[in-house]
Amino acid sequence: MTGLTADSLALLIAATLNAGTVVALAALGLLINERAGVLNLGAEGMMLVAAIAGYATCVHTGSDTLGFAAGALAGAGMAMVFGVLVIWLNTNQYASGLALSLFGAGLSAFVGISYTQQRLPERAHFDIPFLSDLPFVGPAFFKHHPLVYAAVALTLGLSRFLMKSRAGLVLRAVGESPESAHALGYAVRRIRLAAVMMGGALCGLAGAYISLVYTPLWVEGMVAGKGWIALALTTFATWRPARVLLGAYLFGGVTMLQFQLQGQGVQIPSQWLTMLPYLSTIVVLVLISRNPTWIRINMPASLGKPFHPGT
Amino acid sequence: MFKLEPRPTPSTTLMLASPLVALAITVVIGVLLFIALGKDPLAGLQMFFVEPLNSSYALSELSVKATPLILIGLGLAVCFRANIWNIGAEGQFIMGAVFAGGVAMRATPESSSAIWLLVLLAGAVGGMLWAAIVALLRDRFNASEILVSLMLVYVADMVLSYLVYGPWKDPQGYNFPQTITFLEMTRVPKLMTGLRMNVGVGFAALAVLILTVFMARTHAGFQLQVGGLAPAAARYAGFSSRRALWTGLLLSGGMAGLAGGLDAAGPQGQLTPYIPLGYGFGAIIVAFVGRLNPVGIVFSAVLMSMFYIGGELAQSRLGLPKALTGVFQGLLLFALLACDTFIHQRLRWVTSK
Repeated sequence: MTGLTADSLALLIAATLNAGTVVALAALGLLINERAGVLNLGAEGMMLVAAIAGYATCVHTGSDTLGFAAGALAGAGMAMVFGVLVIWLNTNQYASGLALSLFGAGLSAFVGISYTQQRLPERAHFDIPFLSDLPFVGPAFFKHHPLVYAAVALTLGLSRFLMKSRAGLVLRAVGESPESAHALGYAVRRIRLAAVMMGGALCGLAGAYISLVYTPLWVEGMVAGKGWIALALTTFATWRPARVLLGAYLFGGVTMLQFQLQGQGVQIPSQWLTMLPYLSTIVVLVLISRNPTWIRINMPASLGKPFHPGT
Repeated sequence: MFKLEPRPTPSTTLMLASPLVALAITVVIGVLLFIALGKDPLAGLQMFFVEPLNSSYALSELSVKATPLILIGLGLAVCFRANIWNIGAEGQFIMGAVFAGGVAMRATPESSSAIWLLVLLAGAVGGMLWAAIVALLRDRFNASEILVSLMLVYVADMVLSYLVYGPWKDPQGYNFPQTITFLEMTRVPKLMTGLRMNVGVGFAALAVLILTVFMARTHAGFQLQVGGLAPAAARYAGFSSRRALWTGLLLSGGMAGLAGGLDAAGPQGQLTPYIPLGYGFGAIIVAFVGRLNPVGIVFSAVLMSMFYIGGELAQSRLGLPKALTGVFQGLLLFALLACDTFIHQRLRWVTSK
């Protein structure tokens, strides 16, 4: 096996950040609704629908911006349906999230069938002037899609929002003790719906990122479990934004390692390498869940539980 | 404004009516969808609700789809009742097919004519082992069974893909990713010549019977359900939640594996990358629409099979994507969950606060 050259290492870092951004965006969104006490297992479905919504919009309008907007709207729209069901009708959160995932898989495949042959307009390159010309760090860090940097900014912003702002405190209160928040006069259910829709919008952005930037085309089921991995990531990160981002990059690194190894001519069947991200997610889950108290202390106390005001 | 308030007692009428109302809602949306797509809604309804039932050929095809759905759905119902969220039945199905295929490929013309039973047993063991990983990680390390079982679907898919593209590829298969066609004696016996219906139907019927008794009449079944409904009460009564976890997962994994074996050694007759047909996910909907009740699951599995066949017909005749089936399945589950809220709650008009 040949050693890593500086050039290929720079490319590996770039690819890692790119792959990590997908999961980071989705997981940060899920973190918001989980902090408010709602567990949405529909991430995979929302991302799939957003991926095709973004793709179709971009094919028709030629605009990436509109594509991302469509993805975010599609995610938020699906999350709204889920939110109304679980927050107002008190349906089981697990079952409703699963329904969202199954429905999203079907809907995206149905709508997407006419787009499998359609091509996106020419993909833009993003170079930050001057910085991208630097050796090594340029290709590694400064030639990314704006959303890659936005994900970092979002992580920092979300940390501040949750820990330092009044609104963030209210959001956490709704997740930790909806009864107390309700008694203090906060509209628990509306806050939860807003959090769920925000989560959906970010999952939608992640879905659109997949079909517009990550693998710019539409293939049925192309999210390939990244929604589920994002769900695992929130637990792994014990519901802290910075750890979510770190975990997402870690995941991105594992995903990219397979291509790196294949590129180096390592004699491992591609299927074993494709398994890596899923297997490593399991391993990480096992490591982090080993200590139930640690999870319980960090988990939003009302996560997954319905809230009935006035009972 | 309308207000939801708890009913003093759950409505038994609605408990039975809710799946029917949900189906009606799905049908209405389906009709609207057909009209929006410029297709004749009556022709659509006929494809989904009449043609899957109107000939012996159609009924045989229906049984080929309903059998795995019933088997997997039954296992999942036990899990869900015990509040164990095994959503990776698709992976257990795949491993069942892989194990069954592994045995079937080793058969020679001299093998016993009952070897197909061994093939199916291997399938059940394969599914069980795959689910045992989930149970072990949940039991020992507290890892979420939802996420682990789901991740293992992708892993199982890759295992199958590795085998049919690699060591198990038919040397005479023109390099197609497929195994040899299994010998006749390893195949699940058909019930009638010319039709694909096979003895799997019998297995499904037997499973319905056994699980009805297990859930309603045995102490183990009772313990499992109490654990799901009231974990604290179950603990107080000394019912082991660990045993419930293992029972639920091994049972549902075994059933999904059996379904995978039946499919590989039945209609498929060889392993290809196209073994996973989504039955493992469809069965989640089957279990819920069937009220997690064995008899209800038979009805919902038949209904879901009609969706599959209707989707295929809509594809071949109207040029609509087969994914239509998935849209309707998802809609049905959504509608059902929404309708179910009104079993325990009712809407009341409140004039002002």
